[in-house]
Amino acid sequence: MQGQPVISVRELSTRFGSQVVHEELELDVSQGEILGIVGASGTGKSVLLHEILGLMRPVRGRILVLGQDLAALGDAARRALQARQGVLFQDGALFSSMTVGQNIQAPLRERLELSEELLGHLAGLKLALVGLPLDACNKYPAELSGGMRKRAGLARALALDPEILFLDEPTAGLDPIGAAEFDRLIRGLQQSLGLTAVMVTHDLDTLIATCDRIAALVDKRALVGTLDELRNLDHPWLRAYFDGPRGRAALRAPLEEA
Amino acid sequence: MADAWLTSVERDERLLVDAGGGWTLAELMGLDRARAALVAGLRPAGGVARIGLESMDRLDTAGAWLLHRLERELAERGWRVELAGVRQPHAALLDEIRRAHAEPAPAPPRVNPLVRLVAGLGQGAIHALDEGRRLLAFYGQTLIVLARVLVEPRRLRLTSITHHLEQTCVNALPIVGLIAFLIGVVMAYQGADQLRRLGAEIFTVDLLGIAILREIGILLTSIVVAGRSGSAFTAQIGAMQVNEEIDAMRTIGLDPIEVLVVPRMLALMIALPLLAFFSDVLGLFGGGLMCALALGIPPAQFLAQLDAAITVETFLVGLVKAPVFAFLIAMVGCYEGLKVERNAESVGRLTTQSVVVGIFLVIVFDALFSVLFSYLGV
Repeated sequence: MQGQPVISVRELSTRFGSQVVHEELELDVSQGEILGIVGASGTGKSVLLHEILGLMRPVRGRILVLGQDLAALGDAARRALQARQGVLFQDGALFSSMTVGQNIQAPLRERLELSEELLGHLAGLKLALVGLPLDACNKYPAELSGGMRKRAGLARALALDPEILFLDEPTAGLDPIGAAEFDRLIRGLQQSLGLTAVMVTHDLDTLIATCDRIAALVDKRALVGTLDELRNLDHPWLRAYFDGPRGRAALRAPLEEA
Repeated sequence: MADAWLTSVERDERLLVDAGGGWTLAELMGLDRARAALVAGLRPAGGVARIGLESMDRLDTAGAWLLHRLERELAERGWRVELAGVRQPHAALLDEIRRAHAEPAPAPPRVNPLVRLVAGLGQGAIHALDEGRRLLAFYGQTLIVLARVLVEPRRLRLTSITHHLEQTCVNALPIVGLIAFLIGVVMAYQGADQLRRLGAEIFTVDLLGIAILREIGILLTSIVVAGRSGSAFTAQIGAMQVNEEIDAMRTIGLDPIEVLVVPRMLALMIALPLLAFFSDVLGLFGGGLMCALALGIPPAQFLAQLDAAITVETFLVGLVKAPVFAFLIAMVGCYEGLKVERNAESVGRLTTQSVVVGIFLVIVFDALFSVLFSYLGV
């Protein structure tokens, strides 16, 4: 489904001191797609994500999220925009002083007036959606495994029913089976909830299993296209990425499954 | 009418429910009230209930869940539920919600606050005793390693000791000196204020000499060092623990107690007596300055009076406590550091605890020393 871009980044430049990370970077994310951001370490994948989230200000350039220019937003508009996007940070970033249930309810309590009964039901619903058992609700993040923490983080990211979901390395630190399950979970949720998702990832399997399009950060810009389009581009980094031993293995797998 | 609605009419044994508008999280509270009212107003005998979604504009997970709840509750009361007019994206979402089969999250268990208070007190006491036992075990362990190191002096890490000596002693001079000086000033002033009423101002010098040399100098220095170096030990070792450096050490055959704890302990045991001496000198200097400026006791008279009031013993009684306090502070600092778990939160918690326990032990042992000295008659 291709429609109006949900996120569009125009002429974005980022610098740390004299080190240029992005230069004239352009990126569009369409409604209802999953876009994967890849790139070598230090190419500014996480920086780009932080800029789109408004956690960091770019040196130059415009970022429009859901049609609104981030730089021009007032506090109230920014808060309203934040409610329409959910973020899963790398290790879940759950609040360690709260139980999983309280973590999921935290954005709901902050934004809406809901009864305790409804809050309990909603927390149970989100837990069920991300495939966590109900007894995880009263556990603290420290008592959960890495995979469960990510699921709980995803449940919190989905608490406000966002239109855009940002995922930072969703499968990093998971075992291959857990990672594959997480890929399926994200794909399934994206389809049933009609989300637009942007994920930063290193994981080729995740990229192939979940993403509709890929943005590769090379030479301080973004090369955007479907997997096949990028594979046909003649760029040394893309060649090394897709045609390396790991890339070939990951690309073979879906064919064998079919 | 609101942006979202849920209404129903009964016609020819059929219940016609109209659900429409934006069934989203923002409308959930109102829609849930409408659902409760609808279900409460139903007659018990069932029939066919038709839920029409023809005018449903938006549906999110919260709205879909509420719809599912209504569906279930109608079914439980014997109605045969039909959904009509479901559009595509909504159908997929409803299927997902039905599949997830959510149950309400259990509320956290509630405990009577009185019971919790008593239980907390008991747990706290047991925990404190347990902690004391483990700290004692750690002392023993360290002393064994120390004995091994002294037998085999090449295991003594001189570079590390020197580094920690600089950190804990040289770098602490300004703050320790300033505090001692100011306390000397305050004590001279307050002491003189009281003694003047008896016409015994000159005894301010005796007060200063004995109090600073025997107690204040060393106690104050120990408290500052516990706050400054004890916490630093915990934070340093704790950060290494978070980073798995301690485990890495063990796997290559390095003993963390030998590498980390012994050098810090020895450095602090050298540093604290030196700092205490420095603090004695500056405390007396501050007191003397105050005597000269505000009380009219000239330096020569101050020194003569001081000479008569104190002996070397007075000074040594204070100083002999320093290595013991240093040992306590270093041990607590390192022990708490090694106790850190693999999360950043525990570093902060244990650093605080290291300072509190360190100061507590210093004051307890100071009291024990007082008892001991009064038995010995010094």
